[in-house]
Amino acid sequence: MSQSYRLKNEGLINRNKEIIFKFNGKKYKGYEGDTLASALLANGVHLVGRSFKYHRPRGFFGAGVDEPNAKLQIQLNGHSEPNVNATEFELVEGVEASSQNCWPSVEFDIGAVNNFLNRFFPAGFYYKTFMWPKSFWYKIYEPFIRKAAGLGIASVEKDKERYEHKYEYCDLLVTGSGPAGLSSAYSAAKNGAKVILAEDKPRFGGSLLTDDVTIDNLSGKDWADKIITELKEMPNVIVKNRSQVFGYYDHNMMVMFERTGDHLNDKPKYTPRQRLWYVRAKEVLLSTGSIERPIVFGNNDTPGVFLSAAAKEYIKVYGVLVGKKPLIFTNNDSAYETALEFKKQGIEPIILDTREEQSSELINSAKNQNIQIKFCHAVIAANGYKKVRSAQIGKLNKEKTGFENIQTIECDCICVSGFWTPTVHLASQSGNKLKFNDDIDAFIPDKSKQNEKSVGASNGTFTLKKTLEDGFKTGFEVSKNITNNNISTSTPNSNETKKSVHDKFWCSPLPNGKNYKRFVDFQNDVAVSDIEVALREGYRSIEHVKRYTTLGMATDQGRTSNLNGLQLVANVEKKIVPQVGHTTFRPPFTPITIGTIVGREIDMEYMPTRKTPMHTWHEKNNAVFVDAGAWKRPRYYKQGNESLFEASKREAKNVRDHVGICDVTTLGKIDIKGPDSAEFLNRVYTNAWLKLPIGKARYGVMLREDGIVMDDGTTTRISENHYHMTTTTAQAANVLSHLEYYLQIVWPELNVNVISTTEQWAGAALAGPKSRDVLAKLFPNLDVTNESLPFMGYMEGDLFGVKARIFRISFSGELAYEINVESDYGLYMWEKMIEIGKEFNIQPYGTEALSTLRIEMGHVAGPELDGRTIPYDVSLEGLLSKKKDFIGKRSLQKEAFNKNDRQKIVGLVPTDKKSSIPEGSHLVLDKNAKLPNPKLGHVSSSCWSVENNNPFSLAIVKDGKNMIGKKLFAVSPLKNTAIEVEIISSHYVDHEGKRVRS
Amino acid sequence: MLNINCPYCGDRSQKEFAYGGDATVKRPELNKEVSDEKWNEFIYLRKSPRGKHIELWHHIAGCRQWFKVQRDTVTHEIFKTAKMNEEIK
Repeated sequence: MSQSYRLKNEGLINRNKEIIFKFNGKKYKGYEGDTLASALLANGVHLVGRSFKYHRPRGFFGAGVDEPNAKLQIQLNGHSEPNVNATEFELVEGVEASSQNCWPSVEFDIGAVNNFLNRFFPAGFYYKTFMWPKSFWYKIYEPFIRKAAGLGIASVEKDKERYEHKYEYCDLLVTGSGPAGLSSAYSAAKNGAKVILAEDKPRFGGSLLTDDVTIDNLSGKDWADKIITELKEMPNVIVKNRSQVFGYYDHNMMVMFERTGDHLNDKPKYTPRQRLWYVRAKEVLLSTGSIERPIVFGNNDTPGVFLSAAAKEYIKVYGVLVGKKPLIFTNNDSAYETALEFKKQGIEPIILDTREEQSSELINSAKNQNIQIKFCHAVIAANGYKKVRSAQIGKLNKEKTGFENIQTIECDCICVSGFWTPTVHLASQSGNKLKFNDDIDAFIPDKSKQNEKSVGASNGTFTLKKTLEDGFKTGFEVSKNITNNNISTSTPNSNETKKSVHDKFWCSPLPNGKNYKRFVDFQNDVAVSDIEVALREGYRSIEHVKRYTTLGMATDQGRTSNLNGLQLVANVEKKIVPQVGHTTFRPPFTPITIGTIVGREIDMEYMPTRKTPMHTWHEKNNAVFVDAGAWKRPRYYKQGNESLFEASKREAKNVRDHVGICDVTTLGKIDIKGPDSAEFLNRVYTNAWLKLPIGKARYGVMLREDGIVMDDGTTTRISENHYHMTTTTAQAANVLSHLEYYLQIVWPELNVNVISTTEQWAGAALAGPKSRDVLAKLFPNLDVTNESLPFMGYMEGDLFGVKARIFRISFSGELAYEINVESDYGLYMWEKMIEIGKEFNIQPYGTEALSTLRIEMGHVAGPELDGRTIPYDVSLEGLLSKKKDFIGKRSLQKEAFNKNDRQKIVGLVPTDKKSSIPEGSHLVLDKNAKLPNPKLGHVSSSCWSVENNNPFSLAIVKDGKNMIGKKLFAVSPLKNTAIEVEIISSHYVDHEGKRVRS
Repeated sequence: MLNINCPYCGDRSQKEFAYGGDATVKRPELNKEVSDEKWNEFIYLRKSPRGKHIELWHHIAGCRQWFKVQRDTVTHEIFKTAKMNEEIK
């Protein structure tokens, strides 16, 4: 298909490179340098989508971030991406785009019936209609509305593209490369500041690319090119195109989204598709420019209605005509520039100007070129369904509240201009409370809360001369404060056409008897009548009106609709816009991909994986791993077709009968040194620590200040002033911070140092009646008898040439040892232990068997120390010293902690000795009682007791002390079970603790 | 994201720090009688001022030192940071 709307000589596209693409299944041609929008327009395609609520045909309206309609589904390189803005998407070979929100096709959309039923869809329709019956919402209403009103379709495939994050620091970040951005970046850079200049479009220059101006006797574009070339050569400047600064966060943290790969046909392998920049800038200059705002009129959403500046940009940048019979509708001078561009291409535009007949440089030059101008005229409504065919226009009466005569004129596009709105989003995000400027009928930044300044159009400055002056001056002043240099750059001469004052006309009145839809917010389908309904129904605050009507809540953030919406509310309420106020702008300024936010933090890089030195051995021996924080721990070692249940039973049984070996490297380890170490431990732990001899370990419990158990573990006195503390795997980091808090803040007078040594030591637990035999063979030169190395004893030894620490401590309740060597020798130690243990039937055991062993013994762990239990609750009250003070002790006097029926840990056995009790089950008296069934406690840990060959659980039960022997029901609505259980002691195996001392 | 000037390491990003609450809270001395009311206040009651607040931060991914930060809870402006043995007035 030929590009019949493409101009011969105009534009900045590369005509030597033709690009073939598809839209809604049809093939089209465009050029390198096109956007999807400009390429489609070159082919005369206007209808691109259906509107959100009424499914009305919609076409392109803007030429950049201002676009509210043209959101397409893009297929490229095998991925599908929804809601892509066609006016920003750069054309690449092979792209397939399709319309969204229509079925079966954009040309024939069944949902358009909503348009004819539109009087049944007023503002708040969904709130009013789909509230009752309540149960219908999730199953019927919500899915249906979603299907009918959805935007694009998110892919369920894994995103194969690469995304990256980058951190950068600079003196000055400049957002936008129009005249304001270029001049301030240039003068700051010349003065030695480290500058980042970010431009969201592929081409630098902003308005200089389309405006008929000269700077330094160069055309705007040539001057922009010259400055950019110079900036790129300066070592203190980073110049970035395709980069949108979309978020302004605390302490001048700016977040920027760079499209690094989207425009490349052959992207090198490791080039990311998109990149997220975190830029910490000392100062920020906001040169984000302005966006043209439309004038509201009937059927103003018909395809073929454009912003006038967009029409000009399509001509000047892309060499594309948006129509060949343009009607220009304006309340100000800038649309005359669009008319003149059309004229230059041999097209005859008609201008409707809402103002009285007047003259200005631009108006005169239009007159001189015989362009037809109708003053005091306005467009009443566009005619045509899928494309503008003609327009109803009228002569405005004096008050501009109605029309004197109405006529229809033929046209194929309407280019509308209702003056300019400064882009203040980033300024507002920074905390700058905006102020209303009557001269331009718009909000501009007021006082800065952070180190930011707005320059140029975003500050309400609409002349080039003043913009350049402000830019050069501000860039110099800001940089001077940072660099202390004093090199100023003078402002170059510039030429521009003078413009006369605009008219405040913003919305065409409806002629009597006519009921055209006049849209304020295109993307969310909010019409004038919707806002009027909201006000009639009593919504007053602009924030409420916004939420009720969804005005400005779409992905375009109301860039073309906010001010007209405010104007309407002001008119109805008989207020002025500043009294109505504005809604809050929040990041992101433009939609960004989820992939960019995630960056490289996916798969393996999602978080660090911590592996013990013995990991490869576990892998080779069929370990099935489980995540313990960032650690990978063997859960069980699978033999043949064993299930988890079978394997863990086998492993646990082997510990009870023979000897097992378990990787305990992940336990938190903290090295404690200093003359006051004993005193410190005495304050941190609940039991006494002052008399622990060298070479002995002790079990300790630490509390939080509120009396809740924080962690438990053993600490060993290695030498006079040196201790080795262990913590649970989960609490390792918290315990270290806790210790540091007390040493640095509460008791700085204590001479103690703590440091984590978790990763410096590899640990293996040797557990079971045969463990001493293995140990003796591992350390033939040591006396490891019960007398020489008793329970809670400590020794250092030589393990085949490697220095080892031997702790006689036990989590399994069996005779057991934990051996530590430096991490690099972990695997060596492990293999030696397996080799030597062979004759004693040694087997590795994982966390599942480890749990079984400790549950049977009634040893508490994470599920019992759940942040809600005090020492009494988990039967650790014996460890509370009466003689000394410790962290959390005072809290234990609380009344609630001393009630007679206080909860306590117990053991549970199902009365049928068969049914496993799900963890988390609630304990109740009567399984059939009416809900809410009074809860007496909960099941914290469950296992299959290998000692007694039946299920056994630990539970924390109200008045647990007096519940032994009673029967309750363990109910789990999740698992749909209700199991009768008998309450017994929490120590199911070896009550007296004989084995650990044997 | 805040930019925090660690008194030991200099300007670093908030990512490296953990928040530690009100820095003016003093733990009652060990082995001293404390009334229920006073203890309750120490454990549970914190002021939540709108404006200036002196608080603790912990440089967990850095020097691991606890230190004081004077911050505006509304604007997040940081006025001062100090070591634990230094005063912020």
